[in-house]
Amino acid sequence: MCTMIAENAPITGSGKGTSGWIKINKVNVSYDHPTHMTIEHALNIDFVNEAQGLGARVAVELTRESARQLVDLIGAALERGAEVDGPEVVATG
Amino acid sequence: MYTTDMYEGMIAETNTIQGHGGDVINAYVARPMGPGPYPGMVLAHHMPGWDEWYREATRKFAHHGYVTICPDLYHRTGHGTPDDVAARVRSEGGIADDQAVGDLAAAMDYVRSLPNSSGKVGGFGTCSGGRHVLLAASQVEGFDAIVDCWGGRVVMPESSLTPKTPVAPIDYTAGLSCPVLGLFGEEDSSPSPEQVAIHEEALKRHGKEYEFHMYPEAGHGFFYYDRAVYCQEQAVDGWDKTFAFLRKHLA
Repeated sequence: MCTMIAENAPITGSGKGTSGWIKINKVNVSYDHPTHMTIEHALNIDFVNEAQGLGARVAVELTRESARQLVDLIGAALERGAEVDGPEVVATG
Repeated sequence: MYTTDMYEGMIAETNTIQGHGGDVINAYVARPMGPGPYPGMVLAHHMPGWDEWYREATRKFAHHGYVTICPDLYHRTGHGTPDDVAARVRSEGGIADDQAVGDLAAAMDYVRSLPNSSGKVGGFGTCSGGRHVLLAASQVEGFDAIVDCWGGRVVMPESSLTPKTPVAPIDYTAGLSCPVLGLFGEEDSSPSPEQVAIHEEALKRHGKEYEFHMYPEAGHGFFYYDRAVYCQEQAVDGWDKTFAFLRKHLA
């Protein structure tokens, strides 16, 4: 099915897409049909810069287990980063 | 039925039609070459977008003698590779039902207006396209038969209704204006066999003509030869049932 489960938020960062590095200003997260993975539903993450067109996208499709693992890893890395830079990580864009 | 002594040819090309709200949108059109008259088919593409599978399907229907149109239901989102366009639509929670219905109705009018049209027009869709073609045939007069392949979210709890999908398709059943063929997989989670049974009950209650087939050992998208979900035996039978159903109702 198409779940239509989609979340998004403005973010700050850079990503490497098909045409090289791009500034990222939004992340789209969905739990729905993936394009490349051969499972019915995946946790799909698209880092995008909408002003640069539909192709300005860095895409990742993950199994649910992998997505959970990624969440844990991000949390762990941020915890360790807080020990270095203090409790709040400031994005530099 | 095709035999080897028959001439065969088709023209397949991108065209434009005036869709919902008067917007000009792209549509892929495949026409058998010949005087006709030919019945028409409107294809509602799936969530992965206006992609290669749907272009092939458009030509497949033309090969079987149908003037076939597949409008780009994601046209308003912009242009790029089909997966980039579909990713944007996915991030926006899909397209609005009334927009899809409007585009499919316009596509139906377009094929019916062609000089070699027989006047009969059917619809076909898979995944979200199955749902959209069912919605179109329930809200717009003019379809003579439709094929809903595993369209999910026909039965929707009130909590899942949104401004884009304000009414569950099953609640439009009274307005369904043509026979429907439904092809489903027993291992699909949406529509689940239980949801298909609820839909079937609604069709019965409203006295609608329908033909439902529930395939064992098949999940969502079992026609898609390029996906792991492909089920050869069920897909071949499903295509046979599709063309038999269309011959019966669009001849």
